[in-house]
Amino acid sequence: MKEYRTINKIAGPLIFVEKTEPVGYEELVNIVQADGTVKRGQVLDTSDDFVVVQVFESTAGIGRDAGVRFTGETIKMPVSRDMLGRILSGAGKPKDGGPDIVPEKRLDIGGAAINPYARQSPADFIQTGISTIDATNTLVRGQKLPIFSGSGLPHNEIALQIARQARVPGSTEDFAVVFAAMGITKEEENQFMADFERTGALEHAVVFLNLADDPAVERIITPRLALTTAEYLAFELGYHVLVILTDMTNYCEALRQIGAAREEVPGRRGYPGYMYTDLASLYERAGLIKGLKGSVTQLSILTMPGDDITHPIADLSGYITEGQIVVNRDLHRKGIYPPINVLPSLSRLMNNGIGEGKTRDDHKKVTDQMYAAYAEGNDLRGLVAIVGKDALSERDQRLLEFADHFENRFVRQGHDENRTIEDSLDLAWELLATLPEELLVRIDRGLIQKYHPKYRKEA
Amino acid sequence: MEVKGNSNGILKRISGPVVTAVGLNAHMYDVVQVGDEKLMGEIIRIEGDKTIIQVYENTSGIRPGEPVVNTGLSLSVELGPGLLTSIYDGIQRPLELLVEKMGNFIERGVTAPGLSHEKLWEFVPVVRKGDAVVAGTVIGEVQETNILTKIMVPPKSKGGVVSEIKSGEFTIDDVVCTLDNGEEIAMMQVWPVRVPRPVTEKMNPDIPLITGQRILDGLFPIAKGGTAAIPGPFGSGKTVTQQALAKWSDAQIVVYIGCGERGNEMTEVLTEFPELEDPKSGKPLMERTVLIANTSNMPVAAREASVYTGITIAEYFRDMGFDVSLMADSTSRWAEAMREISSRLEEMPGEEGYPAYLAARLSEFYERAGRVETLNHESGSVTVIGAVSPPGGDFSEPVTQNTLRIVKCFWALDAKLSQRRHFPAINWLNSYSLYLDTLSKWYDENVSPEWNGLRIWAMEVLQKEAELQEIVQLVGSDALPDEEQITIEVARMLREIFLQQNAFDPVDTYCSMQKQFDIMKAINTYAVLAYGAQKLGVPPTKVITIAAKNDLPQVKFMTDYKEEITRINAAMGTEIGALKEAYQK
Repeated sequence: MKEYRTINKIAGPLIFVEKTEPVGYEELVNIVQADGTVKRGQVLDTSDDFVVVQVFESTAGIGRDAGVRFTGETIKMPVSRDMLGRILSGAGKPKDGGPDIVPEKRLDIGGAAINPYARQSPADFIQTGISTIDATNTLVRGQKLPIFSGSGLPHNEIALQIARQARVPGSTEDFAVVFAAMGITKEEENQFMADFERTGALEHAVVFLNLADDPAVERIITPRLALTTAEYLAFELGYHVLVILTDMTNYCEALRQIGAAREEVPGRRGYPGYMYTDLASLYERAGLIKGLKGSVTQLSILTMPGDDITHPIADLSGYITEGQIVVNRDLHRKGIYPPINVLPSLSRLMNNGIGEGKTRDDHKKVTDQMYAAYAEGNDLRGLVAIVGKDALSERDQRLLEFADHFENRFVRQGHDENRTIEDSLDLAWELLATLPEELLVRIDRGLIQKYHPKYRKEA
Repeated sequence: MEVKGNSNGILKRISGPVVTAVGLNAHMYDVVQVGDEKLMGEIIRIEGDKTIIQVYENTSGIRPGEPVVNTGLSLSVELGPGLLTSIYDGIQRPLELLVEKMGNFIERGVTAPGLSHEKLWEFVPVVRKGDAVVAGTVIGEVQETNILTKIMVPPKSKGGVVSEIKSGEFTIDDVVCTLDNGEEIAMMQVWPVRVPRPVTEKMNPDIPLITGQRILDGLFPIAKGGTAAIPGPFGSGKTVTQQALAKWSDAQIVVYIGCGERGNEMTEVLTEFPELEDPKSGKPLMERTVLIANTSNMPVAAREASVYTGITIAEYFRDMGFDVSLMADSTSRWAEAMREISSRLEEMPGEEGYPAYLAARLSEFYERAGRVETLNHESGSVTVIGAVSPPGGDFSEPVTQNTLRIVKCFWALDAKLSQRRHFPAINWLNSYSLYLDTLSKWYDENVSPEWNGLRIWAMEVLQKEAELQEIVQLVGSDALPDEEQITIEVARMLREIFLQQNAFDPVDTYCSMQKQFDIMKAINTYAVLAYGAQKLGVPPTKVITIAAKNDLPQVKFMTDYKEEITRINAAMGTEIGALKEAYQK
């Protein structure tokens, strides 16, 4: 392999190399510092007189005297069944003191798009044991459902609780967790690792850690390594894989950093114009393939800067992912855990995974009814602040009380409380029973007679 | 289409989906084969000897020095028997064939023709030897699915007299007709996607496209050949609405473009459409559908092309005399693809980084919609319904704004409504349709002379409610005058009974015009009765709580609803009549 010593410019994470032999786009590059340290990078722009390389680690210590070796291939990830139980760095190197991964295969980390024709529609209900997800924003196998949160909110606890409790009822198939941390703090890492160890989840997990003090640019490849591993486990070994990516906001910051270093024309708020395409190339790596056993389900966490759901990161994510679970600061302040606000939350694949034979025949209509009643009750709170409770009609007072009950009994649950879907739906009926029956316009009479506590007691 | 002859060049620079080559004899929008793997690309800029190419496939690993071949052809689609039921990517490669050729993931450097060149189709001629034909004349028919498609003289033909016409089974490349000037006509036509297909004349759109969605047909109708935009923040039910339209609109052909959207969502369409029944023919919906699926993680340049591929196919069916509806989900992703390519070209950006030609491209695209007199002097139409995904739900952003300047219907989706589970979450105060005047005659003749009046009444009630709600927010509903309390109740009925529609309920998902009228009329009947009673001094709480009207919402879920709705109308009359009597005494 030829080594070039023709670095012309170094700017942030980018180095510009002059006059090379033809180099492939996105080729893997090794940079040898004067002191012998080897760093890795990737070709971002190539032409016959110069090449732009993005370095995945800090460029500190790289000077014009560094050597640049082009490896002639794109970045590949060594994968193997033995990765389960391992902890790796954000660049895929062992971090747990264990041996190197002996590859069964080496896979391109870019990942190709699944042909929509080869996909299988996700339809298996995953029970997370959390009412606000199972009953109102149902997660299904093969879905990508992010948690939109804010700084200081318990999104990590929620993600851990889901990872701990998520099961397909009645299924005993192999499952695995792939966890990719991008720019999280050491403390957060400890929280995740302690929980994985406490519950024995680590045996079934592959962990990639890029911490806050690791190079930001490395965050660009961390999720890709994780997803490549997940796809291998799912589509070649038949595991049902839950991928947890945290925190996507840090990933996007890294993307912006590189865009700025390349002097690109920025899009909204300085994020690159191709951020939608780039995020899609991550989020879309979830799903099921016809005729193959495994699945990749994605749960990504992003902290919305300033709790702003219209911020480009949250906004673009919402357009790609199949819904979102929104964690809310007001509920958190009221001391409710998990503080999930169901109103802006959504699971787009919910209707595929619920109903008779999957959850229960009343699921859809009960959910719609609760949403409608809670939304109306929640709106009334604004009115009460002005005119006082007494000025409300009887109907409105009931709705207002419903909203309180909903938050205190339905939303609130313990960190280790694992509710079955039947529990959640029965609880929903209990709450709906506090409303006059003629308000339940979204549920047909047959279901009311079957499940309404009033008729159940009679029967 | 002219063939300018091949020419060869060499790659000079690769930066994402945009590459530079030198030494090509290039013309704008020529299709080229890039690199040793022959990736498909299109010339988008020429600077001296340098040619800039957008590549429709992933360019990783491609090096400077690899060859580039100009095919001399524009990006074109193959049009002919076999289009219906097909599922394509953005550049008309059949996805099913791609799975066979390269497995579950989309690899690159694989070409696949848009139509099968081996399959035999039964060609039935409709012209005879000696007939004079011109461009656009239908010369024969092929029973493709349950739809009888037409074989036409290509638009660029000079026409002439038929000297030979065949009958029987042929492939799309076989000559089925020869003209006296020696011109040979096969079933397949090839047409460049960026050029609109010619028509004799554009006509006024004065027939509604019936969608079976009450809020659309009832309040904001679109004409056949019209244009509509559905902007909505994510999670407001944009895709569900688009899919409902694709399923239920009374167009004969549906072209659905999934442009930069979710893979699972496309799969849902792919699995659902073949199972769904066309409410009119009873055949699978797929038999009248062409799907184009270019998901968000498929190459961005192909996403840019997908919209053109779709509309060209739609125009081809329009030329046969069909009513076609085209759904583009979402045009924002298309605009973003333009932005991405433009920024790689280092073009001077316009608003929010979008290229300065954004408005021009959008209007060119929507202008390809319309009800037309075809070259064959029949009438056909392409209705374009474009979804827009405004970032952060902000309608002031460039794509929404530029779209609104062009389209005639605006169906504003509202996240607030969807949070309350009011579906379809189309805001009745912000939406509009500019087709109301041109369509009113049709409603008079085909639904009821009362219809236009009822619609105006309903809009007035809803508008009035919005004003009253502001007061209610401040002082509570009890403080309203009696009459207005009834208005609030009537508006609630309009919202919950007429406007809300359950796309997942087997009956309610499609509502005929007659049923729409009957439901609206029943609400109106109640309103007239209620105001009448209130004037005689019956307290509004009594009028509002009559039992008979509680049965009205259930009508939506009934197939044979006529008897029930007549009963409810009568029961409302009796109940209010009794109230009146009681209070008169």
